[in-house]
Amino acid sequence: MANISTRQLKSMYDDMVTARYYEERLQEEYMEGKQPAFDISAGPLPGELHLAAGHEASGAGVCEHLRDDDTVTAPHRPHHIAIAKGVDLKRMTAEIFGRETGLSRGKGGHMHLFDTDVNFACSGIIAEGCPPAAGAGLAAKKRNDDSVAVAYLGEGAIDQGAFLESLNFAAVRDLPVVFVIEDNDWAISMPKDRVTDVENGSQRASGFDMPGVRVNHDDAVAIHEAAGKAIGRARDRNGPTLIEVQVHRRMGHFMGDPETYRPEEDQEAATQRDSIERLAEDLRARGVDSATLDDIESEAHDRVDEAIEWAKDQPQPDPAQAHEDVFVNPPSGVTDSEPQYELKRGDD
Amino acid sequence: MSQERQRPAVERELTMSRAVVEAIAEEMRDNEEVFYMGEDVADYGGIFDSTEGLLDEFGHDRVMDVPISETAYLGAAVGAAQEGMRPIAELMFVDFFGVAMDQIYNQMAKNTYMSGGAVNVPMVLTAAVGGTYNDAAQHSQTLYGTFAHMPGMKVVVPSTAYEAKGLMHNAIRDDDPVVYMFHKRLMGIGWMPAPQGPKTPVPEEDYTIPFGSADIKREGSDVTVVTLGLHVHRALDAAAELEDDGHDVEVIDLRSLVPLDTETIIESVEKTGSLVVVDEDYRSYGVTGEIVASVAEESLADLDAVERVAVPDVPIPYSRPMENEVIPDSKDIEDAVKALE
Ligand SMILES: Cc1ncc(C[n+]2csc(CCOP(=O)(O)OP(=O)(O)O)c2C)c(N)n1
Repeated sequence: MANISTRQLKSMYDDMVTARYYEERLQEEYMEGKQPAFDISAGPLPGELHLAAGHEASGAGVCEHLRDDDTVTAPHRPHHIAIAKGVDLKRMTAEIFGRETGLSRGKGGHMHLFDTDVNFACSGIIAEGCPPAAGAGLAAKKRNDDSVAVAYLGEGAIDQGAFLESLNFAAVRDLPVVFVIEDNDWAISMPKDRVTDVENGSQRASGFDMPGVRVNHDDAVAIHEAAGKAIGRARDRNGPTLIEVQVHRRMGHFMGDPETYRPEEDQEAATQRDSIERLAEDLRARGVDSATLDDIESEAHDRVDEAIEWAKDQPQPDPAQAHEDVFVNPPSGVTDSEPQYELKRGDD
Repeated sequence: MSQERQRPAVERELTMSRAVVEAIAEEMRDNEEVFYMGEDVADYGGIFDSTEGLLDEFGHDRVMDVPISETAYLGAAVGAAQEGMRPIAELMFVDFFGVAMDQIYNQMAKNTYMSGGAVNVPMVLTAAVGGTYNDAAQHSQTLYGTFAHMPGMKVVVPSTAYEAKGLMHNAIRDDDPVVYMFHKRLMGIGWMPAPQGPKTPVPEEDYTIPFGSADIKREGSDVTVVTLGLHVHRALDAAAELEDDGHDVEVIDLRSLVPLDTETIIESVEKTGSLVVVDEDYRSYGVTGEIVASVAEESLADLDAVERVAVPDVPIPYSRPMENEVIPDSKDIEDAVKALE
């Protein structure tokens, strides 16, 4: 644990306990009205919900290095990354509740969160956050600023063209981009070895002549270290890196997933490993006492509870707002009139 | 269903997903060359139960989980079909079509024509469509018009279990590419309760429903409502309500968009003089405009009044009040019928 301060460890711990508790609370809210028989369209929080319990370390370990002007794109399982990137928790929660004061005024929902203050976005189409991350890197490079972009994806997304094409594009242009694969062993019901012959997603990097690194445990400190090198390399204009992080899926793919395809031992094993507990041990080894950790945790809980209470109090959007925001300019573009020219043509 | 079909009495009722699976299983038993590819179609049985139970009978070689690489596996279906096999490839949500658009639009749909008929592509592309459960803009579209627009693909949309089975048998046996678009809300999935209508009696034996044969789901003399998929049921609900107000509404279920049965529509409009077209796809450049234009071209004199009910030209919003605003419900259909007067 060379290059990391106790303050940084605490900050990651804070992000991780916030994310874990946030999702526990969201789960409770989501299940309201959906029991005993699960009905996805019932209750105050409809739609799909993909929770990231077991992924927290990769959000915290990478985003600890990032500034507000660095861009992050996340996939359909975004909450832990959003929290670590500093997305406004209240407005994100209001968005997930579909409220008017949500990040997207209720138009996006949990898979489509956009917070322009901290350059965060996510998308529900597999691997499709990769090209825009390369684009953010391209913009930074053209403008000669030292911001970077990070694209998160699942291990199931490494077979998608958008990812592979983006690796090549970022490599050939030396873009300041870091690709982070969160390997939770499952793509819904499909285990890794059913869909790819490479053992590790990080091996994909070699075909594009960029560094590929794998972090074998969801150890926030090890992730922080690997991400530090990659992000430093990007900031110094030395090009992209691919990082793969082993994480775990403690829950179903989405809420309501019966997980009948998943061996019980696997499910059990995922809940045994706990990156949060591991980081707490690291902190204790640094002499941080349990009371301090408890304080971080209880403050995180308060923040989450407050955000959820706030969100539930927010107004529902007026149905008529559905018709707004298709464009930012009026349909006629930046003008609604055109000058009168007399266009003289050739000889006639 | 109010129409009297001349057919033996059938009592066994199935959900739409069971009917789809029954047709696929029967075809797989009959023909070794039929196989299914998709994400989570093996052990999971399809996120929307489209392959539930097939793995047990046919194993992983014929019910294939594939990498999340739509271009590769839809394109592989095109290639295998051109070799004479009969692949069925599934888009888990139709919204993911964009990832594989070239294989769909430029290969699957065009190879027959570009080869002067020398090549054919006997595959089925299945896709789950539709909203109503707040899954937002990337997971709620129907995109009927997007697929029906490009020449070279037959496009079918079942509204009940009976249709689902007959259309699937025909789709697999057809020597051309068929896009089979099933509405999630109709499948009868435990966690997404279906309305009453789609669970119907389904014959045990196999049968085919020809494409381009619209079905009159309800006869009426005042107004013709033309629709498809989920909105067949919403239109029937609206028709039942309108009956109390003295409107006698005819409801036509298109069942296929390509080919399109304009004849049944025009016959109906000749009788009623008024046309309402209802679609869960976007309003512009789509199914509603196409139907109205086809009727106008052939039978303008019969057409006294027209209304379109469709998703206004906005992506599907997440939040419930806004989603309800843009996806037509039976009240919207009632209003449109009343507006004709
Ligand atoms: C192009 C595309 N294909 C399929 C899907 C459906 N889908 C959503 S999540 C998912 C599995 C993703 O697995 P992985 O990338 O490993 O992420 P995880 O869900 O495990 O976090 C699939 C197939 C999609 N959203 N987009």
